[in-house]
Amino acid sequence: MPVSNFQTHPVFRRGVSPKVRLLIYITVCVVMLVADLRFRYMEPLRGYLFTAASPVSTVASESAKLVSNATEHFSSLTDLQDENVKLRQYRLEGAERLLRFDELEQENVKLRELLGMRKKTPVKSIAAEVLYNVPDSSSRKVILDRGKKAGITHGLAVVDADGLLGQVTRVYPTQSEVTLVTDRNQAVPVQVMRNGLRGVMFGTGQGLRTLGDVSKRWQQAVQSDIGPGSLELRFVLANADIKPDDVLVTSGLDGIFLPGFPVAKVESVDREAGDFAHIACRPLGGVEKSLRVLVLGRSELPPSPPRPETGEPPLPVLPKAQQPGGRD
Amino acid sequence: MQLSNRSNRLLRPPKPWFVYLSLFIGLVLSYVPFGHRPGIPDWAALVLVFWCIREPQYIGMGIGFFLGILVDIGHGTPMGQHALAYVVLAFIANGLARRIMWFPSLLQALHVLPMLLVAQALMAGVRVFVGEEFPEWNYFLSSIVGAALWLPLTYLLLLPQFQPVDRDENRPI
Repeated sequence: MPVSNFQTHPVFRRGVSPKVRLLIYITVCVVMLVADLRFRYMEPLRGYLFTAASPVSTVASESAKLVSNATEHFSSLTDLQDENVKLRQYRLEGAERLLRFDELEQENVKLRELLGMRKKTPVKSIAAEVLYNVPDSSSRKVILDRGKKAGITHGLAVVDADGLLGQVTRVYPTQSEVTLVTDRNQAVPVQVMRNGLRGVMFGTGQGLRTLGDVSKRWQQAVQSDIGPGSLELRFVLANADIKPDDVLVTSGLDGIFLPGFPVAKVESVDREAGDFAHIACRPLGGVEKSLRVLVLGRSELPPSPPRPETGEPPLPVLPKAQQPGGRD
Repeated sequence: MQLSNRSNRLLRPPKPWFVYLSLFIGLVLSYVPFGHRPGIPDWAALVLVFWCIREPQYIGMGIGFFLGILVDIGHGTPMGQHALAYVVLAFIANGLARRIMWFPSLLQALHVLPMLLVAQALMAGVRVFVGEEFPEWNYFLSSIVGAALWLPLTYLLLLPQFQPVDRDENRPI
């Protein structure tokens, strides 16, 4: 029963209490997190919103580029001439190798026919440009300017002139997200070029431990240079035949990456760490440096592995979202 | 300057378009790829917490939620990571707004610091939930830098409200 006859002023009409609203919002957020992480329901919505927000992110990244490239814009004429001469020379060397490559490829096809071997899967390649780094500090990803419309699909490899850079992990209509090999969650099956020893390469995300590292990290970030130890070769036995300066190439065993792409060079091998050697590597490609890249993939999926006979436990099957290639 | 409620000066009410514009600029700044340098403040969170303290009636959890979703999209983080942190941030800031406004700027910054830390800790918690490692301590450097920017940010964002009611051609602010 009201004590007074005064009308309550709108100022005192508070609606739902803040605590209840907080609970509602937290529930919505948690539901979204689970829906995104566990079931990947959020990908279409993310695609739309990403496309809608892409002008904003482009403006943001372009302005950052403008500042960081200011020195480059004012680089002297002689530097450019030097670079030009170097590029011409490089092209000449490349042309000679390319001419031989055509011949060798034809020879390879003929020899394969003679031997009755299965033809190599044809390769599709799409040239793309890196728009910007994803600003999230815990991951190492970049956004490319080509997407589904250009034929990019989930799981393709991304390379530059010197080696593997990463893998396409999200495809938007006109852009795509690439997880670099240095990301903590990125794994690449590799083998040592010298002797064919196989292993799996993981990114380390490159953390830093002490305060003294902070200034070092600033410098590193400015140069955007990848230090040693940004990649790690795991699950290689301590007595394995591997030594510093070995070159690691993709083994292609996963059926996603094409075999034979250079990935990294071994920096140091620590055999005292335990059963497995602790092997630090440095990427060969211009990871986080290259701006023009090539997206490569098999234009058809490799044959699936044979089903095991009865009596043996079946091979573990990847959940659908993680299946190699992930074409839909 | 009315930087706290103890001041005698009255400010003009904020213009809604300026509030939303500043939130948008914070969002754009958070999209700028600064590389992996430690100690880059979370601009969007900083502007959000400022308006949550200054205008708790208008800016709150709803705005924080949408801002967080937009940051999640730009950063490629799991949907809801920033949204969750910003909602909690807005709740704490709204709740403490009346109290904080009675302190001088330095103590205001000291109030804001733990709020930003809580938001960052929530985001780190989501990452651990995803299966990543808990980030190293310098991850929290960005909150400290953010709190240190409190005073310049206050001046910057209150600038339009310092304008006198009777416009003086010689002294616009």
